[in-house]
Amino acid sequence: MWQRYKSLIILAAVAAVVAMSSVVIVPETHQAVVIRTGEPVRVINRFNPDQEYGEGAGLTWRIPMFERVQMVDRRILALDMEDETVLSEDQQRLEVNAYARYRIYDPVLFVETTASEDQLVNQLEPILTSVLRQELGRNSFADLLTPERGRAMTAIRNALDRQARQYGAQVIDVRIMQADLPVGTPLDAAFNRMRSDRQEEAETIRAGGRRDAQIIEAEADAQAARIYAEAYNQDPGFYDFYRAMQSYRMTFMSGDGESAIIMSPDNEYLRQFRNPGQ
Amino acid sequence: MTILGGFFERFGLAMAGKRNPWGKPPGGGDGGGSGDGGSGDAPETGGEGSGGGDAPPPRGPRNPWLPGGGNDRGRRSANIEDIFKGRGGPRRGGGSGGGGGGPSFRIPQRPDGKSWFPIAMAAILGVWIIATSIHFIQPREQGIVTWMGGQYSRTLNPGTEYTLPWPIQMVEVENVSVIRRNTIGEGEENLILTGDQNLVDLSYLVRWNIRDLVKFKFQLADPTETLQDAAESAMRAAVAETDLDTVLSGAGREQVETRVRSRMQGILDTYGAGIQVQGVEIARTEAPQQVIEAFNDVLAARQDAERNLNDARRYEQQVLARAEGSAAEFNEIYEQYRLAPQVTRRRLYYETMEAVLRDTDKTIIETEGVTPYLPLPEVQRRRNASQGPTLTVTPSEGQQAAQGGQ
Repeated sequence: MWQRYKSLIILAAVAAVVAMSSVVIVPETHQAVVIRTGEPVRVINRFNPDQEYGEGAGLTWRIPMFERVQMVDRRILALDMEDETVLSEDQQRLEVNAYARYRIYDPVLFVETTASEDQLVNQLEPILTSVLRQELGRNSFADLLTPERGRAMTAIRNALDRQARQYGAQVIDVRIMQADLPVGTPLDAAFNRMRSDRQEEAETIRAGGRRDAQIIEAEADAQAARIYAEAYNQDPGFYDFYRAMQSYRMTFMSGDGESAIIMSPDNEYLRQFRNPGQ
Repeated sequence: MTILGGFFERFGLAMAGKRNPWGKPPGGGDGGGSGDGGSGDAPETGGEGSGGGDAPPPRGPRNPWLPGGGNDRGRRSANIEDIFKGRGGPRRGGGSGGGGGGPSFRIPQRPDGKSWFPIAMAAILGVWIIATSIHFIQPREQGIVTWMGGQYSRTLNPGTEYTLPWPIQMVEVENVSVIRRNTIGEGEENLILTGDQNLVDLSYLVRWNIRDLVKFKFQLADPTETLQDAAESAMRAAVAETDLDTVLSGAGREQVETRVRSRMQGILDTYGAGIQVQGVEIARTEAPQQVIEAFNDVLAARQDAERNLNDARRYEQQVLARAEGSAAEFNEIYEQYRLAPQVTRRRLYYETMEAVLRDTDKTIIETEGVTPYLPLPEVQRRRNASQGPTLTVTPSEGQQAAQGGQ
C-alpha cells in the first residue's frame, strides 16, 4: 500500500500541513492583525463597541510564509502601579497605589508601535506614575479624602489616555486604590494624634461622670434637707429638745463608764433629789 | 469542565493509538476499558506481548505470532488492524480465545472473514460524537459554545443541550449562580484612612456571582483581579468619606457597605464585566493596633463614669432613706407629744438622763464649803487602762455643763 500510494500520501500530508498553517482561529478574546511581509494588511475581530460577540471572531486564512498573524488582546487589560510616595500640595507625604484599566482599540497602531501587551504596560506604567504625581501634587491631603478625589482621578485618566492613544490603547478608568500615610514619622504622628484624641474623649467622659455624680449627691442632700425641715418645722422647740436627748445618748453612752460627770446640786435632774415634791 | 477534560483524554488516547506504530497504547487502552470480563484478560496480555515483540525491528521480518500467514502488508497497517482485532475479538468472541494466550493466540474474525477494523472505528467515532455533542447542563450552570475555540456561537442553558462534536464546537461550562467570596484584608492589618484623617483597620468580604457569562469570559482579561481592585478602590473611597466614629459604629458600617456595593457595581458595569455584586460585608472594624489601648481606655472611661453615677445614686438612696426615716420617727413622737406635751417631755428627759448617767462616773457636790477636787491624773490613768474609744469631758466643759444645768 505504501509503495503504491506513496506519492499520494505525501501529497496529502503536505496539503494538510499547508491547510493547518493557513488556517487561523481567532478567539473572541483577541483581535488578529495579519502582517504581510512586515506590513499590517487586515484586522480580524477588531474591537467595536457596537458589535456583539459571535460576529467578528472565528476562522480566518493567511498565506503561509508571507503572512504572519499577531494576536492582540481585545479584552480590558489591567495596569497596576507599584506603591509610590507622592507629595500632596500641602507637603504631606502619601503612599499611593493606583490601577488603570485600558483596552487596545487600534490593533494596527498597537502592532506598529509596540511589540506586545507587556511592553505596553512597561511604557504606560511610568507615565501613570508621573501623571499621578503631578495631579496629586495639585491637591491637598484633605482633598484626596473627599469627592475631590473623583475629579483628580478624571484628570489623571485624561492625561494617561492622551499618552496611551499613541499606542492604539484607550484608558477606560484610573482609580486610586490606596492613599496612605507612609510608615515612619507621618504614620506615628497620626497614631499619636488619634491617641490624644481618645485620651481627651476618655477624660471628658470621666469628668462628666464625676460631675453628674456630684449633682446627684447634692440633689439628694437638698431633698433630705427638705424632708427634715418639713417634719421638724412643725415644732422647732420640741425638735430642739428631742434632738438634744438623742444627742446626749449618742455622746455619753458610747463609752463604757469612762465619762465622768460632775454635777452641781442645782442641776435640773437633781431637782427632786434635793427638794422632793416640788 | 470535567466532561470536557474527559473528552481531551479520550481524544488523546485515540490519537496516540493511530500514531503509535508499536501498538503499546492500545494495550493500555484495553486496560482502561476494564468493562471486559475476566476471560478477556489473557488474550489482551497476548496482544501486548506481540506488540512488545515487534518493537525492536521496525521493519524486521514477519512476526510469527500474527494471524493470516500470507499477510504481506506493511508492518504499520497490520499492527493497527491487529490492535483493533485484539480489542474487538474477545468481546464479540465471548471468551472463545480465553484458554489461549501466548503463541497459540489468534485474533477472531468476523463470520464472513473480514476484519473488525472498520466497525471498531465506526463505533469509536459514534461514541465520540455522542459523548461530545450531548451536554447535560446542571441547574445554576451555563455553557458557552465556540466554533473551534474561536467564534462565540451560543450559550447553553440548564437541561440537555446538543452541539456539534468536539472539536468543531467546544463547550465551556461554568456555574453562574454560585456565590463566590473574595476576602480582603483578612489576617493582616489593613489600614484605611478615614474622612477625619484617622486610620481604621478593616477587613471585608465581597460576595458576587456571574450575571452574564459571555461578558465574564470575553470582556475582561482577569475578572477576579478586577473585582478585587474595584472592591479595594470603592472601599477606600467610601471610608474616606466617613469619619472614624461612624465607621466603627454599627450604623456607619451598614452605610459603608451599601456605598461600596453600589460603587463597585458601577465600576464593574462600566467595564462590562458581567459580574453581579451580591453584597459587601465588613468583617472587622477596629482601631489600629498601635492605638487600641487608647480606644479601650475610652470604654473604660465610660465604665468609670457609670460607676461614679452608681455610687452617687447609692448615696442618694441612703441619704433620702435616712431623712425619711428620721422624719417619720419625729412625726410619730410628735404626734404623741402633742397629746401630752408636759409629761412626754419629762419622760423623755428622765429616760435619757437615766441612760446617760447610769454608766458614767458621777460626782455630786452638795454641801457648801467642800472644795471640789477633780482627780485629773486618775481620770487620765483610767482612760489609758481602758480599751476602745473613750470619751472625756474636759473640766471646763464639765463645768459649763454643770453651769448650764444650774
